[in-house]
This record gives sequence, structure tokens and C-alpha cells, in this order.
Amino acid sequence: MSAFPANPPQELPAKSAALLELRNVAKRFAAVDVLKNISLNIASGEFLTLLGESGSGKTTVLRLIAGFEQPSSGEIWMSGERLDLLPPYKRRVNTVFQNYALFPHLSACDNVAYGLRVKNTPTSELAARVEEALRMVKMQGFAGSRPARLSGGQQQRIALARALVNRPRLLLLDEPLSALDANLRKQMQGELKSLQREIGVTFLFVTHDQEEAMALSDRIALLRDGALEQVASPREIYAHPATAYTAEFIGQTNLLRGEIRGGMVTCGALRWPSDEADGAVIFSLRPEAIRICADDKRQPSEVRFRAAVRQQFYGGSSELLEVDCGNGQTLRVRVPVGGPLAGEQDFVFSLCDPTRVAE
Amino acid sequence: MYSRAYKTLVSLPPLVWVGTFLLLPYALVFAHSLWAVREGVMVHDWNLDNYKALLTNPLYAVVLFRTMHIAASVTLCAILLGYPLAYYLAFHAGARKELLYQLVIVPLWVSYLVRGYAWKTILGSDGVLNGFLQYLHLTREPVGYFLYSPFAVVLMLTHIYTPFVFLPIYAALEHVPRPLLEASQDLGASSVQTFWRVILPLSMPGLLAGATFAFVLSLGDFLAPLLVGGPSGTMIANVVQSLFGAAFDWPLGAAISVGILVITISLLCLGEFLEKRWAFQ
Repeated sequence: MSAFPANPPQELPAKSAALLELRNVAKRFAAVDVLKNISLNIASGEFLTLLGESGSGKTTVLRLIAGFEQPSSGEIWMSGERLDLLPPYKRRVNTVFQNYALFPHLSACDNVAYGLRVKNTPTSELAARVEEALRMVKMQGFAGSRPARLSGGQQQRIALARALVNRPRLLLLDEPLSALDANLRKQMQGELKSLQREIGVTFLFVTHDQEEAMALSDRIALLRDGALEQVASPREIYAHPATAYTAEFIGQTNLLRGEIRGGMVTCGALRWPSDEADGAVIFSLRPEAIRICADDKRQPSEVRFRAAVRQQFYGGSSELLEVDCGNGQTLRVRVPVGGPLAGEQDFVFSLCDPTRVAE
Repeated sequence: MYSRAYKTLVSLPPLVWVGTFLLLPYALVFAHSLWAVREGVMVHDWNLDNYKALLTNPLYAVVLFRTMHIAASVTLCAILLGYPLAYYLAFHAGARKELLYQLVIVPLWVSYLVRGYAWKTILGSDGVLNGFLQYLHLTREPVGYFLYSPFAVVLMLTHIYTPFVFLPIYAALEHVPRPLLEASQDLGASSVQTFWRVILPLSMPGLLAGATFAFVLSLGDFLAPLLVGGPSGTMIANVVQSLFGAAFDWPLGAAISVGILVITISLLCLGEFLEKRWAFQ
């Protein structure tokens, strides 16, 4: 199941120095607040993903950093330098564009060499660096080809080499994999991740695909309507979503709306003790945090409930069940394959770790 | 799938059209170029004398050279005027784009002759330009060089053919994908570098198409030299016209026409070849 982060636990990059800093950055386009007061630090060597739905403002953040747009207010700093006052061609930032934006009249090799040529790099150094960049993306054999002759994946690699050859401090990637088909995308994700580890360049990656964000990132910055909803590592954001929106956007979840009264949480048919203050609450309960209980031995702290299986979705390594715990309250439960069949009878489930989230 | 009969039926009218109005006249011109005029009568006596006269008489070479020179000047001036205009419209005109575009197109609706006579009234000895210069005390006497000179021909033809150069360049510039300009900036190129390395190469097919229009149309023009050219501004088409008219030497006129046709077709082929070389997508 790919919703789980595949990479080993990593140090939170908060310890290392910030390479890029967005300070209260806002952007308005014709009376529309596209970005509202964004503050975000990106550490050196980090792989940070801006995740959000279309229209959430994630591409605007990239365009502000690249210099194609000016912030309406706020500042952008890079290594102690004001970045937002520099024209795009003076920023040590390079971009991999969504549809690659390769120059159609130049060969792959000349595309890669472009950035070095406009900076008058000596010919010998230029040749060596272009070759190195092409080797890095495994495209040495296509140096002479025009972009029109290359496949989507190959164009993607050339776009990556064209940006990296300039040795940027920060690489901006604007949904670079969205134009590729699913298999190629998975493969490119792996290559992108190992490339980033290898060369140590800071990546700011934009995507609307939460699985992609989880699989690749050191940290995820979730944008919602131009504001940051939560910034955390994939594990953290999955295990402890701050809001109901985050919980639903990242992975699958059951949102339980209920209330706490007198040390008892009540969400429909589910009840469990809590020492929190009285009031309305929302809990996020991941489908895999609910288990079928085979025996009757209830642990003291365990929360159990009875429910009937309504639907069963086979998923290869696991199954997703839709269960009804009475009064029309349905929950999604992920169980190992070989579990109960739909409509047979009631089962006893136990749940653990419901996470309280804000609205 | 279409039936054979349907295909024949559809392709017949254009073939008849091209045959009657293009190939047949060309064949007639070519046949005439191999005939002769003796004692005021055209005789169907097949020979190459007209082509020999064309190559040996320096008069024709001088006029042909002048014609090419004028056509090249017109092409250059039209590009120098049309390219910046197209560039401005494509990248910087914003909301004024439509209006400016129409302003470039509108002169094409005005008759060629009217525009020719307009230049006559502007450039003549008692014309607008001379009057203005004398009013400013920049000149004492009317400047005769303005009218009836190769200069006047270049000016008038540039005025007439600049829209023809503008249009294909504008179309090419409009089709330059805007992300490429951002990519160029992103890779460290200044605006000037972006122009030379991205915009100009990508607009080259349009530029070549426009240049071919201007050069070929100027090469065969006979009204501009007739109206504002004077003796020093005579072009090859005027020679052809007088040979077919007053001089009554159709065979020699036809031979020159064939010569111009060969030059024109070669140029069109060259233009086509270059445009293909510069086409990318």
C-alpha cells in the first residue's frame, strides 16, 4: 500500500540552516488573494513538497521564488539575501517546468548547455558539465536529438539535466511528473529521489498527488486556498493531521464528529473515555487503525464496537470494508485479505488512536 | 473512404483551373520566347536569339541588377519596420493589440493606385514633403531626388509590402510558447539573450516567409516605378511591359518573363528549403 511512506525515518531538517525563507508572503491577482501570508523555511538539502489541490496557490509560490511574479507583500530571502528584488536570471534557482518547456530548435545537448552558454562558460568546462549532466539523467545517447524526437520521459530527463547543470542552490519542480503515465511516473519518482540524495540539491517540489508527496518528501507543506494548512514530515502529517482537511486530503480516513461530555467521547455509536474538556470534537480515524477482533478478550483500554460489513473492496494486499455501526454511521476499515464477506453477520471491531483534529 | 469517381470529380475543377489559367499561359509565354519578330510581323521561327540578346545586351543586366537591388532594399526595409512592430504587438501591446493589428491591415484595403498617387503628392517638387522642408527652412529649393528615383520606388514598395512581411512574422511570434521565455530567463538569460537565442530562431520561418513575399512581389512590380520611379527607377517589369506594348517585341518580352520566372521560382524554392530547415515542431 503506497499510502505509507516508504523511506526510512529521517532527521527533521529544522536543525540545519534555512536556505530559503518566505516571510509573510502574499499575492493578489485582480482582487483575488491567491496567497495569504505564507511563511515557510526550506532547509539546505531538503526535499520539500508543496501539496495542494489545483488553485491552492502552489504554483504561484514557485513562480514567486523563480521570479516570474512579484509578491504583493512579504519578502523572500535566500542564504541571507533578498531574493524577491532580483530579476529571474540573477537568481540561483532553476525550474523544471510542468510541460518541460524545452527549446524545440535546440538539440538535447544544446538545451542542457543553454544556461552555461548564456553565462559565457568556457567551452571545455561547458562540454564536461553538459556530459556529466546528461550522464546523471542517463541520456548520453540522446545528446543530438531534438526534443520533438524524444518521449515524454526522455524530455523530462533533459529538462532535469538542463536545470541541474547550472548547479542551482534550489531546484523548483512544477508538477514535473504529471504528464507521464502511471508506471513511468513511479519509476521517475524513484530516480528523482535518489538523484536528489546523490547531488544534495534542495528540491522544492509541487504536486497535487498526495501519494507522490508522501513517497518523495522530507517534509510536506499542505496548501489550502492560498494558506498553509500544515507543514510536517509525511509520517507526522499522516499520523497527526492537524485539521479535518489535512486528514482527508492525505491518505484515507474516517472523520468522526461528536462531542465530549463528562470525560466520555460520543461519536454516533462509538464511545470512549477521554480526559479532555467538554465540547464538540472531530476525530480522524485511519481505516487501518480499526481491526477485527477474533476473540472476546477485551483489553481494559480497548474501544470495541459491533458493525455489519456492507461493502468489500478487494485491493490485492489488503481489503477495504465499509461497515455500518448502526444508525447509518458507516466507517471504512482496512483489513488483511481473507477477512469476512459482506453481509454475512455482525463483527466486533476495535479501534486505536483516534486523532483529534481541528475543523 | 471515397470512391475513385468522387476523387476524380473533386480534383477535376482545380486541375482544369490551373491548366487553363496557369500552365497554358506559361507554355504560351515560353513558346513566344523562342519565336522572333521580322519587319513588324511575328514569325514562328524557333530559335534562342532572344535569350542570347538577354545575356549579351548590358542594358538588360543593368535593369535586372537594379530591380534586384530595389527588391532587396524593400525586403530589408520592410523587415526592419515589420519585425519590431510584430514583436511589439505579440509581446507588449496588451489590450491595444487588436486595434494596432487592424491599423496594420487597413491600408491593404486601399487601392494600390491610390497609395501610389498619394506618394506622388507627398514626394513631388511642390509636394507635401518639400513644402514642409521649405517651411522649416531646411531646404531652399524643392528636392527633386524625392520623386522619380529608385529611392521613391523603394519607399513606396516598402509602404505597400510591409504588412505582408508583418503578418507571417506576427503569426510566428504569437506561436512562440510563452513558457520558453520563462525557461530562458530561469536559465540565466537576459531579455536580449532570450531574443537572440529563442525568439528570433523560433520566428525565423515567419521572417523567411515575409521576406520571400516582399522580395518576389517587389521583383515583379511595374506600377511603382511607373508612378514614382522615373527613368532612373525603371525596373525589369517596365521593360517587359514596353516590349509587349509600344516596342512590339513579344518574343524578347517573353524571354525576359521566362528569366524572371526562373529567378522567382528559384527564390521560392530557396525560401521553402530554408523555412523547412528552421521548422521544429
